[in-house]
Amino acid sequence: MKKSILFSFSIIAVAGILFFACSKKVDGRTDNIAALQPAKTDDNAGTWKTILLVSPTEFPVAAPIATNTPDYIAQVNEIKTWQKDLTNDEKNIVKYWSAGAVLRWNEILRELVAKHNLPPYQNADNTYPFPSANNPLAYPLFPFANPPYAARAYAYVSAAQYDALVAAYYYKKLYNRAAPYNVDATVNVLIPKSGLPSYPSEDAVVEGASVEMLKLLFPGDQDYIQLKAEEHKHARLIAGANVRSDIEAGEALGKAVAQKFEIRARGDRAGAAIGTAAQWAQLETDATAKGEIPWYSLESPKRPPMLPLFGKVKAFLFDSLTAISLRPVPPPSTSSQLMKDQTAEVLSYSKDDSREHYRIVHFWADGVGTYTPPGHWDAVAAEDFIKQNYSEVRWARNLALLNMAEMDAAIVCWDTKYYYFNPRPTQMNPSIKTLTGIPNFPSYISGHSTFSGAAAAVLGYLIPDNASKYNAMATEASMSRLYGAIHYRVDCETGLVVGKNVGNYAVIRAQNDGAGN
Amino acid sequence: MPENLIIITLKDKYMKYSKIYFNKPWIIFCCSLLLAASAAAQTDNDAIMMTKNNFCVGAMYGYSSWKNYWEGTFKRDNANLGTVSSQMVSVMGNYGITKKLNVMFSLPYISTKASQGTLHGLKGIQDLSFWVKWMPIEKQLGSGTISLYTIGGYSFPVSDYVADFLPLSIGLRSNNLSLRGMVDYQLGSWFATGSVTYVVRSKVNIDRTSYYTTEMHYTNEVSMPDAMQLNLRAGYRSSKFIAEALVGNWTTLGGFDITKNNMPFPSNKMNMTNVGVNFKYNIQAVDGLALVGGGEYTVAGRNVGQTTTVSAGAFYILNFSHHKKTTKTASPKTN
Repeated sequence: MKKSILFSFSIIAVAGILFFACSKKVDGRTDNIAALQPAKTDDNAGTWKTILLVSPTEFPVAAPIATNTPDYIAQVNEIKTWQKDLTNDEKNIVKYWSAGAVLRWNEILRELVAKHNLPPYQNADNTYPFPSANNPLAYPLFPFANPPYAARAYAYVSAAQYDALVAAYYYKKLYNRAAPYNVDATVNVLIPKSGLPSYPSEDAVVEGASVEMLKLLFPGDQDYIQLKAEEHKHARLIAGANVRSDIEAGEALGKAVAQKFEIRARGDRAGAAIGTAAQWAQLETDATAKGEIPWYSLESPKRPPMLPLFGKVKAFLFDSLTAISLRPVPPPSTSSQLMKDQTAEVLSYSKDDSREHYRIVHFWADGVGTYTPPGHWDAVAAEDFIKQNYSEVRWARNLALLNMAEMDAAIVCWDTKYYYFNPRPTQMNPSIKTLTGIPNFPSYISGHSTFSGAAAAVLGYLIPDNASKYNAMATEASMSRLYGAIHYRVDCETGLVVGKNVGNYAVIRAQNDGAGN
Repeated sequence: MPENLIIITLKDKYMKYSKIYFNKPWIIFCCSLLLAASAAAQTDNDAIMMTKNNFCVGAMYGYSSWKNYWEGTFKRDNANLGTVSSQMVSVMGNYGITKKLNVMFSLPYISTKASQGTLHGLKGIQDLSFWVKWMPIEKQLGSGTISLYTIGGYSFPVSDYVADFLPLSIGLRSNNLSLRGMVDYQLGSWFATGSVTYVVRSKVNIDRTSYYTTEMHYTNEVSMPDAMQLNLRAGYRSSKFIAEALVGNWTTLGGFDITKNNMPFPSNKMNMTNVGVNFKYNIQAVDGLALVGGGEYTVAGRNVGQTTTVSAGAFYILNFSHHKKTTKTASPKTN
C-alpha cells in the first residue's frame, strides 16, 4: 500500500514536471517564418521617387567584375567552401535572415528602442540627469528612446534603407549581374532563388544603411549592432545568395546613402528638443498668461517635460509651416464647464477598471521599456507585410511611408502639446487613478491617437483590404488612453483626426512615388 | 513570501494531538514587489497531519506593505508608489484521508494599493492551491520523534487577473507545480521543522504582444523561471499556546533584474529572505477552535519589496468520521 502510493505519487510528480518543463518554451511570432519569396521582384524600383537622394546615381556604384573572371570564380568558390561544413548555428542564421532584411533590421531597431525607453533615475538632489550622446554608456544611458525619439529613429532608418534600396535596384538593373546560383548551378542555394540581379546585394544595402544610422541613434550598442551586421552578411554568403563583391558594394552604397540621412538628422533640430530650464518656465508662463492652468509633471520628484521642442523638428513629409497648420484648435479652457465634464468622464473610466479595459489599456500602453506606439504600429505592419510577400524594396518603401508619417505625427502632436500645455486629468482631479503610467508631457492631444490615426491612414492605403481593421485598431488604441484615465476624450478624438491628416501626406507621396501598390 | 501553510500541532495533556493550521499564501505576494506569491503558495511548511476524516477549515486576514524595494540589487524607494500595500482574505482547508495522507486547499482574495502616485490598485481572487501531503516515516529518535514528509502542490489562477502590472498585480498567473521534502523533529513540547521545495512554473500570457527582458520577445507568452524554497521553523507547543520563529528563503532559478528605473516584470529574478513569528491560541471552551496570528519581515531581497506582514485568522476542526468520540483529536503523529 505504502509503496504503491509512493509509486503513483512519483509518477504523477515526474509527469507533471515534464509537462511543465516542456511547456516553457516560448517562440516569437516571427521566429519561424518562411523565407521571403517576393510575389513580384519590383525590378524597376530604381525609378521610384527617392526621399533625400537627388537621383539614384548620387552615390556611384562601380561596375562589377564579370562572372567569367577568375576573381568572380574565386568568390563563388568561397561560397562553396563555406557550404561544405555548415554548422546548425549557421543554418539558423540563414533561416533567420532569409525572412527579410528590412523586417529583421526593423525588429532589431524595435529591440533597441525598447531597451532604451527608460526615463532616467533622479539625482540625489531630486533633479534629473540627461543622457549624453557623447558618453552613451554612462548612466543615464543614451538615448532615452521615448516616443518622439523612437518615431524619429524608425523614420530615419526606414527612409535611409528605402533610398539606398532604390539606388541599389537602379544599379542591379544597370549591371544585371546574375546571382551566384544562376551563374554556377552547383552552388547549393539555401534560400528561394530569384531572377533579380544580385549586384549590389539588397541585403547588404539594408545592412549598411541600418548600421550607419544606428551608429548615430544608438551609439552605445555598437557591439550588438556590428554582431548582427556580420551575421547578416555571413548569412547571405553561406546561403549562396550573394558573392562577396555583391555584399561589399551593397554595404558601401547603404552606408553612403545613410550618411546623407545622418547629415540631415544632425541638423533637424531634434538635438535641441530637450530645451532649457528657461524655455520650460516660459511654457508655464505662456499658459498662465492665456488664463489657463498650466501642465505640471505628475512624477515625483517633478521631471522636466519630455522633449518640449520636438514640435520644431524638421518633418519628412511637409515643411514647418504646414506642420503648424496641422495643429488643431485649442482644447476646452481649463476653467470651462466642458473641461469639468471631460474630467468627470475620465474619473468615471478610472472607476470602471474592468478586466476588458485593462486588456485594451495594456495592449496599447507601449510605455516604459517598450518599443513605443510607433514601434507597435511597425509590428502590426510587419506582420501584415509578411503575408503580402513584398520585395525588399517595397518592404522598405512601405515602412518608410509609415515611419515618416509616425515621425511627422510626433512633430505635430508635440507642437500641439506644448503650444497648449494642457494639464492631465489627474492634475485637474487628483482622485483620478490610472490604469497605466501617465506620460510626462501635456495632455492635448493624445500621442497614441495621433500615431495611430497616421498609421491607420498609411496602412489602410497600402493594404486596402485591411483598412477597416486598421481603423478599428487605431480607434481602440486611441480610446485606450481614455479607459486608462490618462487622457480626456477630446485629446483622443482630436489626436486621431490630426493623425489621419498627417498620414494623408504619406498617402499622397505613396500615390506619386512610382511604386504603385 | 513563500510562506504558506503553517500547521500547528497541539499536544493535549492526554498526549493526544489536535491539529490546527493556518495558511498565508498572500504573504508571498505581499512580500514581493511582486508576487512570488502564487508560486510560493504551495503547500504547508509544517509537519502536522490531520487525523482521518477530520476537516480543518478557516479564514485568514493579512495586511502587508513595503516602502523600499530592491531594483535588482539596488535598494530604493519610489515617490511615485509611496507605500505599496495589499490586503488578503483567504479560505483554506485540510482534510485527513488517513492520518498519514492529507489534502489541502487555499483560495485568497487580494487587493492592492499604492499610497502615492497615480496608479490604480488591483483586486480579485488569486490562485487556487491544492496539496497532497504524505508522511511515510515517523519514528523514535533519541528521546524525541522524527518524521519525514513529501508534499506535492499545484496552483492555478481562478480569475482573469492582470499579471503584468507589477507591483500592483495580485499574482503572477503561472500554474505552479511544487514538490517538497520536509523533516520534523519533536522533543517534548519543543519542535523544529525544515523543508526544501522545488517549484516548477508554467509560462504565462500577458496583455501586450511583445516585451523586453534582456532581449526582445515578440510574443505575449512569458517563460517563467522555476524557484526553490527553503524553510526552517522552530518553537514551543502546548495545548493552549503555540509560538514559533521561522526563517524562509525564496530563490528564483533564473529570471532577470529590473533595469534601472524600469517597472517590475513577472519573470524577474525575485529572491527574498524573511524572518517571522507565528502564534496560535487554542480556545479551551470550544473544542477544535483556534485563533492564529503572525508577522513577517523581509530582511534581504532582490526585485522584491521589503515587506512587513501581519496576519490573523480562525480555524475550526470538523469531524466527519462515524466515531464521534474522536472528534477534534488526531492520531498522534509522534509517540
